[in-house]
Amino acid sequence: MYYTRFLSLLLLPVFANAQDNLLNELESLDSARRIPVQATFKSTRIVNGHSVETMRKKHLDFRISHRFGRLNLGAYQLFGLDQATMRMGFEYGITDRLMIGVGRSTSEKVYDTFGKYRVLRQSTGPGAVPVSVTLLASAAFATVDREAPATDKLSYATQLLIARKFGEKLSLQLLPTWIHRNSVLPGDEKTTLSLGVGGRFKLTKRISVNGEYFLTANDRKSQPVPYYDSMSWGVDIETGGHVFQLHFTNSLGMIEKQFISETSGRWGKGDIHYGFNMSRTFSFDRKKTHRFP
Amino acid sequence: MKKYFILLLVLQIFCLSAVKAQSALYVTTSGLTEFFSETPVENISATNRKSQAVLNTSTAEIAVRMSIRDFVFPNKLMQEHFNENYMESDKFPVATFIGTVSTPPDYSRDGSYPVSAKGKFTVHGVTTTREIKGTLTVKNGKVRIVSDFEVLLSDHQIEVPRIVFVKIAQVIRVKADYLLSPKN
Repeated sequence: MYYTRFLSLLLLPVFANAQDNLLNELESLDSARRIPVQATFKSTRIVNGHSVETMRKKHLDFRISHRFGRLNLGAYQLFGLDQATMRMGFEYGITDRLMIGVGRSTSEKVYDTFGKYRVLRQSTGPGAVPVSVTLLASAAFATVDREAPATDKLSYATQLLIARKFGEKLSLQLLPTWIHRNSVLPGDEKTTLSLGVGGRFKLTKRISVNGEYFLTANDRKSQPVPYYDSMSWGVDIETGGHVFQLHFTNSLGMIEKQFISETSGRWGKGDIHYGFNMSRTFSFDRKKTHRFP
Repeated sequence: MKKYFILLLVLQIFCLSAVKAQSALYVTTSGLTEFFSETPVENISATNRKSQAVLNTSTAEIAVRMSIRDFVFPNKLMQEHFNENYMESDKFPVATFIGTVSTPPDYSRDGSYPVSAKGKFTVHGVTTTREIKGTLTVKNGKVRIVSDFEVLLSDHQIEVPRIVFVKIAQVIRVKADYLLSPKN
């Protein structure tokens, strides 16, 4: 009895060897790697504010964004649709981490330019990083007042974008912001400090609900021209190559100094603008798609 | 009794060495897998240069495994959509094939042989039984396997929504080229 048991024990490794699954063999050959988390957001913007996403190397993003008039203008103005302001932008990835962009807004006839750098990428696996961090620096030049000295037309914004993708659906982001405007209306402060909170929740593979809020340190409600915190809610629809972002916001401007420092609308009063961002990506990567040989 | 035990031990060692000698493994971890989606509107291709393959010449078993994330596209947005929307690579990170080579050739002799392998083909978490044809070449102690086959998106529950502007073929052509070296 004892020997029979011993016999079966002895033979065990032989059978185990024979049954060894070749796929396990391959799995053991595949070294564990750090895997970057992709698509924290569908676009480089959450609504107005920048997301941690950047354009990849040699990829161009052509963006057209519209904001219409206020919903509370009523039926005569078709709830604001009769009035439209827009921003047109060309945004390009120099490396997989660094992108630059230029844009022109009809509001204040502003030219804007920005640089955005991905400092950290959220990743899983060995040496995992819990968050993505991107740095944004931008400058804007308002040309609406021809008489004003050039220095007065300038404003700057710097933002630290910190985001985490919690599973497949939920992504949240913090946007500590510093804005300096060289020229402001009487009673307004030249420097704005703000903390933005943004996020998205995916409803389906291609549709998500987005929201953002910019809490501003300066108390601006009692100024001669009062300003309010910017809040936006929207929907992202991604159709492969295009991203459509449809939203409601109390901000008319689409660049940092306009929507964070100079939002004059209030949600409670119905000063809500319908708007959309349209993004189309083009790849200029030399490696051509080849035909089947 | 002791005699029997020693005999068993000898038998055991013999069995083990016999299995060792039998299992001749050929492997690669840098195999090339490409796929092509051809439509009149748009051609899309992607390349995976980190495919892993193993061939057991004694049992004629063959296994292929690749990470979906290792497919590289010229258009990085397409690559993101491929992983995020079509292949769901967070949920289904690998594609595999495990099967048996029918009519295995003589691996000791250099030459090129048409072969086919029948087995389980898993993509996007869906397993189908496939017979995949290819060419096996033995040269200088290495085994090269080249194959060219088609994959139906519907076989693997890979959905292409109607509103997508990028045109994706329902039948994807796959080309594989693996150069396997003996495993020490």
